[in-house]
This record gives sequence, structure tokens and C-alpha cells, in this order.
Amino acid sequence: MATARYRTSHLRTLEAEAIYVMREVAAQFERPVLLFSGGKDSIVMVHLARKAFFPGPIPFPLLHVDTGHNFPETIAFRDRLVEALGVRLEVASVEDAIAKGRVVEETGPEASRNGLQIVPLLDALQEHRYDAAFGGGRRDEEKARAKERFFSHRDRFGQWDPKNQRPELWSLYNGHKNVGETFRVFPLSNWTEMDVWQYIALDDIDIPHLYFAHDREVFDRRGTLLATTDFVELQPGETAERRTVRFRTIGDATCTGAVESTAATLPEIIQEVAAARQTERGGRHDDKRSEAAMEDRKKQGYF
Amino acid sequence: MTSHDSDGPAGGDAPPADGYLDMDLLRFTTAGSVDDGKSTLIGRLLYDSKSIFEDQLEAIEQASHARGQDDGGVPNLALLTDGLRAEREQGITIDVAYRYFATPRRKFIIADTPGHVQYTRNMVTGASTADLAVILVDAARGVQTQSRRHAFIASLLGIPHVVVAVNKMDLVDYDERVFRAIVDEFSGFAAKLDLRDVDSIPVSALKGDNVVDRSAEMPWYQGSTLLHHLENVSVAGDRNLRDFRFPVQTVIRPDQSFRGFAGTVASGTVRPGEEVLALPAGTRSAVETVTTLDGDLDEARAGEAVVLTLADEIDVSRGDMLVRAGNLPTVATDVEAMLCWMAEEPLQADRHYLLRHTTREVKAFVDEVVYRVDVDTLHRDDADTLALNDIGRVRVTTAAPLFFDPYQANHETGAFILIDPYSNATVAAGMIRGEALSPDAVGREAARLERTAETRMVSPNVVWEGHNVSREEREAEQGHGAAVVWLTGLSGSGKTTIAREVERRLFASGVRTMLLDGDALRHGLNGDLGFSPDDRRENVRRVGETARLFFENGAITFCTFVSPYRADRDRVRALIPPGRFLEILVDVDLETARERDPKKLYARSDAGEIEGLTGVSAPYERPESPELTLDTTRQSVEEAADAVLAALAEAGITA
Repeated sequence: MATARYRTSHLRTLEAEAIYVMREVAAQFERPVLLFSGGKDSIVMVHLARKAFFPGPIPFPLLHVDTGHNFPETIAFRDRLVEALGVRLEVASVEDAIAKGRVVEETGPEASRNGLQIVPLLDALQEHRYDAAFGGGRRDEEKARAKERFFSHRDRFGQWDPKNQRPELWSLYNGHKNVGETFRVFPLSNWTEMDVWQYIALDDIDIPHLYFAHDREVFDRRGTLLATTDFVELQPGETAERRTVRFRTIGDATCTGAVESTAATLPEIIQEVAAARQTERGGRHDDKRSEAAMEDRKKQGYF
Repeated sequence: MTSHDSDGPAGGDAPPADGYLDMDLLRFTTAGSVDDGKSTLIGRLLYDSKSIFEDQLEAIEQASHARGQDDGGVPNLALLTDGLRAEREQGITIDVAYRYFATPRRKFIIADTPGHVQYTRNMVTGASTADLAVILVDAARGVQTQSRRHAFIASLLGIPHVVVAVNKMDLVDYDERVFRAIVDEFSGFAAKLDLRDVDSIPVSALKGDNVVDRSAEMPWYQGSTLLHHLENVSVAGDRNLRDFRFPVQTVIRPDQSFRGFAGTVASGTVRPGEEVLALPAGTRSAVETVTTLDGDLDEARAGEAVVLTLADEIDVSRGDMLVRAGNLPTVATDVEAMLCWMAEEPLQADRHYLLRHTTREVKAFVDEVVYRVDVDTLHRDDADTLALNDIGRVRVTTAAPLFFDPYQANHETGAFILIDPYSNATVAAGMIRGEALSPDAVGREAARLERTAETRMVSPNVVWEGHNVSREEREAEQGHGAAVVWLTGLSGSGKTTIAREVERRLFASGVRTMLLDGDALRHGLNGDLGFSPDDRRENVRRVGETARLFFENGAITFCTFVSPYRADRDRVRALIPPGRFLEILVDVDLETARERDPKKLYARSDAGEIEGLTGVSAPYERPESPELTLDTTRQSVEEAADAVLAALAEAGITA
């Protein structure tokens, strides 16, 4: 496919930066892995990894930390993608971690498995001795991420210490580490939500239909539109109704909010994102718990 | 207060859905303290370009209110730009924070850095990738020390464009004379720096004048608003498009039919069919294809991430560089550079660091601090070391050659970082000025060129990833570690006698060993060398390389050489991993050595038959901190050997 070249386009600049970072990781680390959530950011990362190592295969596996609360479309999409690319997929299951007693399920109507992903993630990193894990995190997403590095050092416990991060100058990335320490690497650090959407349109990247407007049964929980699924129970006073919605992020179905939208094509989505007055994480129930919620999760080893 | 300028930027409008293909990217840095109104200025840019989302605004409104910081209903915009809780609690920003916004013309990345003196390293970090620097000056206070520091760092890091934003014009009644006086003062200072493109804009971030919207209060100012300037400054010509440099990141080899070299073009351009030279080997080939997932390209340009295939099967690996045959970078192991020190622990001249340059990493010593710059006055001070946030000129020697251009001509091939091999921390940022050519280095270089006239590119490039059986495997199999034990001292001190005794004993207990003796090697490998300083240096260099081969083969390798120059011994040390190089000073009274005189060198020197005998008519530089010192004036050979064996055991090399 001969796509036209936009030499000075900001998207091609961001693309080249991400490819450079991915190649550095492949060269500097022994066992990298790509954290794949099924969301658009991780799909874009897989696309960039194909570009970085073409015509060779992607030289690292994908790791999906599965909360067990997925939209079925996410899993179907994931499995198709993995098969088409011939990459290895590892699944770290929160369900299994609960069964093994490694983590304890939150209870109550607002229980979320988001925080529970940390233990199975760290277990999987340790079990497979992965020394660098690509994440789709972007600095524009949240305050705690604005100072995140491309190469983010984690101690033996997978923890992030904001005071012990290395300065990153030019494009010289320092992946030196001691035994047992790991890195999280964020090739999309400098991308915004808008850049991701524009890039998906530019390169015509396939993404799950959840991102496009569709009819779905949803209910309003404190301002967040949640889909009715097997994993959430309606609380008194909440009523489900069919609306035309789409998702701006795809995560755990129990806390990922939909937005009312009629945007059914990529140009319409880009138009909508351009006019949006809420960040995409505005629909994330879990971030609202406290002003420093994200920083706390990150310190423990969140993505 | 402000009026919309119909010709001004359309920052208030959302970017059109299809206009993004024409947008480009501008990275800029802002430096200044809260007092200068920096956070307010950034907040204003984000706010007026409608880059702040409602939920972000709500969050800072809540936070401002909770802390009683909302002033007449206007939220504290500074809260938008300070991220981590530790910082919010202390009310300071302690690192570089990145902010993003876009207009229909451009996407912007702001590297927002605090301006206090202790944060020079953060300013340098933010400036390293910037196309433009916004230097804030408080109109009411004039050009401060801090503004000068920002200008110096912008110049040092070679930021192509500088905008002086004279802020708080509302506090000086929008007086043109105040603005002009500040611009004149800044220009006077900037004349001493290497700043190519400087613009000045009078603004009020608080009130919004000339940030996004044109001010109605300053009709005397006819220039651009800040955002209009940011949108229109031309950065296309800033990249070096002349000198083709392609540092190889990784080799792509999916099967026998394809072998390509992946990397990002650091500078210049290349097309299929063009001849290229691979450094350090110096082998030539031609580019066959520029391969990408989107199809082969007819050209690869600076900044593009591609895969190059070559017409010939030549040996190229990560850390090598493809260049054009008629346009070579400098290839050298001694460079002069400006260095910004970024670690709490100061620079140490007697230990090695890892130097990362393009995709290459080599061991390096900082041999000398030439001077330290007082960043506030630009004075050059004498200094022995550099501490956190110090900037100075240094000489660096590397264990393998670098292929570089001066930083000012090519940021990509002129920049490096130093990494502490023990803590793994990034401890310094360096900008290469050029090859270090002191008077004696000039002589050395000429001698070296003469010796290697035809094969200059075949310099000591030592990349050891390629061993079929690794040293670690050999060590595990043989049950002891490898090491290089370097015995240095005067002729007649007992170096060889002691080494032979130690080797005998180790061999008897099944340890793999090797002994490299100065005289023995001068009969073969080094038979072409004499005893001039240059030849002694080359002698030691070859021995070091040879020792390393035996070391990689798993042997405890003894080297017995007078090796009078500290720098030469340190170069060998840099070849060997930390903890595996044991420098042993075999100390002796000159009188005792004269009495022993096993090779009759002292006698011949006294008779005038030889010149330049170490200790008599040539200097001996004692090791400053050897792993072990033996005193053979007093110790017996057996005692000395015991001490060496104990040192090997203590270092964990033998059990």
C-alpha cells in the first residue's frame, strides 16, 4: 500500500519518534513485551511495531492483562489481530489471580478490577522475565503522566519513584538497569488523543467497532454512562435505556464510560474529538477517586 | 482589554477535521519561575487556544478553591502545569513537564521547566529537543540573572529560535520605553552568545495581551502575538540536510533473503544507488533500497525512520554509522565538549563512565576540566571537577572511536550522555566542540595517521557482543572468573618474577592463565615500536587489546609492563569490566632496582647507550589508587605472590 508521504506532518514526526523508541528497546533489552489492552492506543502501538521491524516480524510478544470484564468485541478483535500478525499473545488473568488468592476482589456496587491488574501484571513480568514493557500511556492523559519518561525505570517491585527518574536528553535513551529491575516504555508519550485518531485515519488502521457510534443499553452512574453487562448490577434509582453511544476508551467494562455520539466514521470522530470539552479519561470512573489517584496507582506499578 | 484580530491566529477555533495533514510540529521550552508568570503564560496559551478540557478546568477550580487560591473567580492557572502531588504540596515544580496543544497550523509540545538555579539540569533537558525557547522577563523587574541563565542555556544547546516575552506589561502601564529598555539590555547580553534568531514580544499573560489575541493597549507594538509567532516561525531549515549520517539501531534479518539496517536518518538524505561508507570498518557499498512497510522510498531524509539495504554483504551492526564517502564525520577518541553535570555525585576524573552517542556506547574518561562556566556571568572559572548543575568545558577520551560532528553543526551526531556504570544513572549531558588537539596530541595524531595511513577507519572498535562462546559461559564452565592483572613499576622492580610465581601456583590448581611480558611482546607483535612516548602509548594499547582477548577467553591474564603513563594504563582499565582489572604497583627503591638491574638497562643508561629510561631520564607516573601495592624492597617474591593471590580471592575472581 503506497500511502502518500507527509514529510513535515506532525503525525509522521511522532511516528518516527515512536519507531525509534521501539527499535532502541529491541536493541537495549533482552526480553521486551508489549502491553496490549485492546484499546486504540495499544492497537496503534502494534501498528508502529510492525513498521519498526518490517519486513521482519514483531520481535516481542503481546501481554494482555485481562480483568475478565471485557466487552466481547475487544477479545474477538484481539484474537483476530494476533492471528493475522502471527505474534505470540500472553494473557495475565485477574480472574486467575483472584482464584489463586493473589488479590482480593473489591466488593460493593462500585467495585472495580482496575486496581487489581497490578499484581497479575507484575507476576507475568516476573514469570516471563520481561525486562521492558511497552505501554500506550500518553503524557497528555493525566497530570501524573506529564513528567513521565519514554524509558521509565521501575525497581524490583515494579514501582515507579518520581524522584528517581533519569533525565532524557535528545534521543539518547538509557536502558541500563540492575538485575530484577525493569522498564516501562511509552512510545506514544508525545501523542495526544487527537494525534492518535488522526493517525488511525491517516494509516487506515482497523479498530474495534466499540469506538464508533452504535445503539447500546446504558445507564447513568454519577454522570458516567456505563453499559449494562453481566459484570455490573443496577443500583436503586438507576435505569437502563438504549442510546446511541460510542466509547472513547476501551477498558474494564465496569468503569469505562460511553459518550452519547452519532460519530460513525473516523472523520466524524475526529470532528467530535476536536470539539470535545471533556478529556477522554473524563469517562474513567476510577480516576475520580482522588486528585492523586493516578499517581498512587503508578507508584505501585500501574501501566 | 483584548480584541480579536481578524488576521491573527485562529487559536480559538477547533482544528478542522481534515486540516491535520498539513500541520507540522514545534517543540518549545519555557523557563522561568512562578514570579515571572510562566505558569500563567502557559495556562493562558492552553486556555485561549481552547486546549483545556472542562474536566481539567473543573479539577483546578476545585483545587484552587480548596486551597483558597482562586483570585476573584479566576482559577490558579499555574495548577494546570504542576503535576505531582509531592510538588503540589511543596508548591514547587521539580522536573520537566510536557504540555500539548494544537492550532490548525501546528501541534505544539511545551517542555516546561522551572527556573531556579538548582534546576539548570532540567532546563538543559527541556532545551535538548527544543526548536524554540520562550524566555520570560518580568517587565517590572527587568532582565534578571535568571533570564541571562536561560539565554545562555538556549545558546549552549543550540536552540535555533528565541522569543523574549516581556511579561506583566500591565504593571508598567503598557509603556513602550520599559519594553525597549529591556530589549536593549537583553540584546547587549545576547551579543556575547550564539543566538541566531531572537524576537521580543510585550505581553500580559494575566490579562491576555499579545498572547493569543492582539492587545488593544499597546498600539505601538506592530509585531506578532506570541501564538502567531509560534505558529509561523520557520523550522524547516533547522535540520541538517547536508551531511548524511545514519547510525544503525538494529539489523533486520527475517530470513536469508533480506538483510537491512534499521535506523533514523540523523541528518542529510540518501537515495538508492548512492555510495555509502560504513564506520568504523571503512568498507564501501551502495544503498540498494529504502524499505518501509508503506513501500520502498526513493529517498530517506533527516528524521525519517527507515530500513536501508546495501548492494554488498558487508559487516554492519548496531552502533556503526553509514555515511557518504565524500563527507565523513570526525573519527576520534579524544574530544573536547561542553558538559552539564546532572548528578548529586560530582564528576570524578579517575573513573570511567559509559558514553552514549547516537546508537553507540563506549567507555570514557573525562581527562580534564578545562574550565567551568559561571552561567550567570559567563565567566570561565578554574575547576577540577563539575558538581550538580555545573556546566564546563572538558576533554574526554573514549575506549573506542566516536564518529561525530561538532554539536553546533549537527545536534544528532554532536550530543552525548554519560552514564554511571555502577548506579546506571544518567549523570551528564555533553555537546561535542571538536576533536581534542593539544600540542602533543597533534603529534600523536600525525604519528597514528602515518602508521595507519591506508586503514585509518580500522581503529580499535571493540564490540564484543559477537563472541560465539561468551566469557560468562567459559567462566561458569571453568569455575573461576577472568581478570586482567596489570603489574606496573620500574625496570628491576620484580614484576615479571612475581607474575611468574603467581601464575605457576594458579596453574597448579587448575586455573586458566596467561602472562604477557613486555620484552616478549616487543619481539613480535610490538617489534616495530621504540620507547618514545608515542610508541610506549601504542605498545600499551596493543597489549591492552591483546589482554582483553585472553580475558574474554576466560584467563587470568598477567601483564608485566613498565607502563609509565597513567593515562595509558587507564585506557586499558577502561577496556575491562569494573572489578576485573587489578592494577598492581610493584614499588621499589630506585637504588634497589639499580642493584638488581636484570637487563643491564641502568648500566647502559649510565654509559649513555640508551635514552629515556623510566625512573632515570623518563618520568614514571605512579598509580593514584592501585588495587594493590607491593614493596619489593622489603617483601620476598613468595610474600608478594601471596598478596596477589589474596587480592584475586578478595575480588571474587578465584574461590
